[in-house]
Amino acid sequence: MRLNKIVKGIAIAIPMFALAACNSTSTADSDTSETNQAAQQAQSVVETGAAVKALTPEEIQREALQALRKEHIVYFDFDTSSVSSQFSTLLDAHATYLRANPSAKVLVEGHADERGTPEYNIALGERRAKAVSRYLEGLGVNASQIESVSYGEEKSLDNSRTESGFAKNRRAVLVY
Amino acid sequence: MKSIVKYFLIAGLSITQPAMAAIDIVITEGINSARPIAIVPFKWLGTGPKPQELANVISNDLRFSGRFNPSGAFSMPSQPSTDAEINYQQWASLGIEAMVVGTIKPYKDGRYIVGFELLDVLNANATKANGKTLQNGVLVETNSYLLDSRETVISADEFRSYSHRISDIVYEKLTGERGAFRTKIAYVLVNRDEPKFKYRLMMSDFDGFNEIMLLRSPEPLMSPTWSPDGTKIAYASFENKRQQIYIQDIYTQKRERLSSFQGINSAPKFSPDGKSLALVLSKDGNPDIYTMDLTTKKVKRITRNRAIDTEPNWSPDSKNLLFTSERGGKPQIYQVNLDSRRIRRVTFEGEMNLGASMTPKNDELVMVNRTRGKYHIAKQSLITGSLQVLTKTRLDESPSIAPNGSMIIYGTTHRGQQVLGLVSIDGRFKARLPVRDGEIKAPAWSPYIY
Repeated sequence: MRLNKIVKGIAIAIPMFALAACNSTSTADSDTSETNQAAQQAQSVVETGAAVKALTPEEIQREALQALRKEHIVYFDFDTSSVSSQFSTLLDAHATYLRANPSAKVLVEGHADERGTPEYNIALGERRAKAVSRYLEGLGVNASQIESVSYGEEKSLDNSRTESGFAKNRRAVLVY
Repeated sequence: MKSIVKYFLIAGLSITQPAMAAIDIVITEGINSARPIAIVPFKWLGTGPKPQELANVISNDLRFSGRFNPSGAFSMPSQPSTDAEINYQQWASLGIEAMVVGTIKPYKDGRYIVGFELLDVLNANATKANGKTLQNGVLVETNSYLLDSRETVISADEFRSYSHRISDIVYEKLTGERGAFRTKIAYVLVNRDEPKFKYRLMMSDFDGFNEIMLLRSPEPLMSPTWSPDGTKIAYASFENKRQQIYIQDIYTQKRERLSSFQGINSAPKFSPDGKSLALVLSKDGNPDIYTMDLTTKKVKRITRNRAIDTEPNWSPDSKNLLFTSERGGKPQIYQVNLDSRRIRRVTFEGEMNLGASMTPKNDELVMVNRTRGKYHIAKQSLITGSLQVLTKTRLDESPSIAPNGSMIIYGTTHRGQQVLGLVSIDGRFKARLPVRDGEIKAPAWSPYIY
């Protein structure tokens, strides 16, 4: 019975140690106030250290990809295919990833807004996809890692056919 | 059992219902300038209710041509069914220039005999008043006001097609030009709410009836175009996550991949002689015009330019290609001679001109013109060079000309939705073809099929 209580106390104290080690500011609820005190006492006497669990290369790549997938669209001005400097950080991150993972491949999709003819917009979309591809190559990415496709105005993101809708559709999307 | 029958009835209805319901066509301009005529409801000479009507289909056809203003059945002073029953003075006083009357008789095996007469009202009125008309300086009895008269046996499912046939006859007799009412259109239907097949290649009568699905795909379909014999359609498909050109037989469903080069494979157009296909490829760097020999499948590069070249289209003699090029800065229309490869610029008016095609008479260009930021369908005379903007709708694109050159069907935007527009070649008649659901684009008018 008594032992049982001690085990329970330790079981609660250990996570509290960990919290304290992380300089956590989280507050414990009233039920644990007693053991909390015990934990604080323990802290004053000993200190613990923790090893950082090494991520596997796959995990590192996966995490990097997850971050890249959140920022993967480059927008363009009307009838232009030049990459605006505001997307340099975004494209830098993709280039860094692709350089670090030479077996990774990216598909750059070029898109246009709904103004002009569908055929002309296919050509314009290709030009945008190629502008982004060249930008990545300029940052040292191997050309064999990049493929591109133009969807023209056929896969619009915003179908409102307003100025703001057009702006959202004039884009190049990096797909992994 | 009953519910299954019901289900099939509903399914059957939804299949035959046109995506573009012709009865919903919204005429936005041009009734006043057209010639007044009357297509009188056909008289049923059998027992029971009239099996089907022909007059409404004929009236709609002739109205859509922009050349005629058929009066509604409700405003007709009477409903005669033969020449002998017509009080011509009555119709002439209403300004009616010509009229069609006819009958439907039961025939064996559930078939019908349809007869009709096309009458020149003004001529008939003069003839009947005088009893005789002047011919070569002599007064003679004549029925020269009877412009045409036929009797044909049709089956129950041929009422619409035979109505279009009568429209063709009436149109040709009254204008001297061949009618295009038995033609088809191909188009792409996009429904983003569809879980799987968002993109469909469809075909229907020119008025939206008898719609048939030729292909459905989870990825975009573009640029349907007809072979000159009307049996095949070429189009671009992204079904393999890249653009490729296919050709498909509309009767046998046989499909063949024609072009799958690196980069763009777009804008196919059959040559009028049917021997080759013009297309756009970017395999050699950037979009240029190529032709493909349809027998050997070998491609030949026609343009070589760092700018975008696209939207090739043939001259009626198959010797020249019109195309859109950015070589002068903004997109404009150019023409290349396939023998000499000499290129000349054709359009100069407006900020941009795109997607040009030649009228069947070879004397006008029809294209998308951008002026002050607005995209409209325009035509340019190849003789005088003068440009005329034909439409007032928004974001107009993909004009396709009827084989007789009388009408243009095109893609446009109405209240944020892609729909089809119809405009007569003189720009005086304009209509909108609404769609049931989804968006409709890339219309291609067939050649003469019959």
